[in-house]
Amino acid sequence: MTLDLSLLPDGGVPWLAASGEHSDIVLSSRIRLARNIAGFNFSARERDGERLRILAQLRHALPRIPSLSTAMVLRMDDLSPIDRQVLRERHLVSRELVGPDGAVDSKPASAVLVSEHAGLMVNEEDHLRLQVFRSGFDVPGALQAAVRVDRQLGEQVPYAFHRDFGFLTSCPTNTGTGLRASVLVHLPGLVLTQEIAKVLQGLQQMGLTHRGLYGEGSDVVGSFFQLSNQTTLGRSEEELADHLHQVVKRLIEQEYAARRVLARDAGYIIEDKLWRAYGTLRHARSLAADEAMNLLSGVRLAVGLQLIGGLSIYTLNKLLVFGQSAHLSHHAGRSLTESEANVARARYVRGVLVNEASAEG
Amino acid sequence: MVCSQCQERDAVVHLTQIVSNAVTQVHLCEKCAAERGIETNSSMPSHPLGDFLQAVQQQASEMPGDAARCSYCGTSLRDFRTSGRLGCARCYGAFEQSLKDLLRRVHGSATHVGRGYVVADEPALERDATLSELRGRLAEAIRGEEFEMAATLRDQIRTLE
Repeated sequence: MTLDLSLLPDGGVPWLAASGEHSDIVLSSRIRLARNIAGFNFSARERDGERLRILAQLRHALPRIPSLSTAMVLRMDDLSPIDRQVLRERHLVSRELVGPDGAVDSKPASAVLVSEHAGLMVNEEDHLRLQVFRSGFDVPGALQAAVRVDRQLGEQVPYAFHRDFGFLTSCPTNTGTGLRASVLVHLPGLVLTQEIAKVLQGLQQMGLTHRGLYGEGSDVVGSFFQLSNQTTLGRSEEELADHLHQVVKRLIEQEYAARRVLARDAGYIIEDKLWRAYGTLRHARSLAADEAMNLLSGVRLAVGLQLIGGLSIYTLNKLLVFGQSAHLSHHAGRSLTESEANVARARYVRGVLVNEASAEG
Repeated sequence: MVCSQCQERDAVVHLTQIVSNAVTQVHLCEKCAAERGIETNSSMPSHPLGDFLQAVQQQASEMPGDAARCSYCGTSLRDFRTSGRLGCARCYGAFEQSLKDLLRRVHGSATHVGRGYVVADEPALERDATLSELRGRLAEAIRGEEFEMAATLRDQIRTLE
């Protein structure tokens, strides 16, 4: 089966729209809930056929779950490695669901459901992983939506739940609420003023953990960070989400302050660097993945500092996600080599930038 | 016990292997085990849950119940220690005490205070799940021409329906 991305509601990435608050700094806010279905072993001990039965039970229940009834169901084992990776680049599935790099097959009966309200991974580390994204800085909004879908789902599918321990998960680090609240943030000001190490340390002390753009195990490139809560037990869903919200709110202020310092103390040096980044993106004939991400990071900062006008955050978000290797291969209809992908990336970025209202200084 | 390979040194590594459906036990000294590429150092620094698993490990080594198993899925505390994953929902009951200590260490609490959950109609949902499993097995039995089994399954399905 070939993945037809146009059939995904909003492409599965409505958050790219940059319609939320502070979307120049916060790309997206996400709530993830980990759930297991009562009566089935967890993934580490799954018995023959259990994965298929989990998927079957869920599909059977779908018509009675309003927020998922029209969801598109994508079975990972029906998709090519490129298409699976495309879903990963859109943050719709985890690395666990895609399978190891270069693997031809994924685990049987792994699937993702995508509706306009939520995404639901099936047969991940936990039987079910519900995800809700919001554009920009809107953790409470994401939580509200996630709770609504979770309630509907839990009425039709019996969850594994324990009086004292809460929602039971395969790994006890997720037990309790099963909730991971996270934001994807762009912090070039704090990185360039070299405040970031101190800031990240502070976040850790406040119970937040940081990762790269693609979560666990991914590198921090282009000053993009994913921040999320570390613990899931002993505090309510609202408390966990609110804690992240409050900390990130302060962090946004710190980032704006750092940007003011940059503009004041390093005016023309920064201005020159950012325009060069734009120039490279606009004219280069070959762009490596990390290089493109770093340049986009620079241009994003330039737009935030109002050095470059006529470019929208939506365009920059789109370039960040759709300019990645699997997307380029998907578009080409075949697996591109690294150098082919670099050429295709440069062509794609140029094409988008030339169509935007021409940037002005 | 003497190492079953060199027959000289004391065996410190005890392996249970399954070779062509037969369970065999191999007892090795540290040297022979290392030669076979068996890691005798039980720490797991490369695991993403490093610290957390170490906590489980320390705790487990203090506990006599290391070999304790979940009677439902068969996961032992030792399995959990190696993988960081529990086998089923009932593991939480089977290892309740160890898990409480661990959860306190990881989360600073062992008690859920978030949203509660009541399954609206658990028996009906469970019946649905059982029925779909039985129907699957019935189809398999018919395909495999196991008609006696098929008849039994059909009766079970009728009773539930």
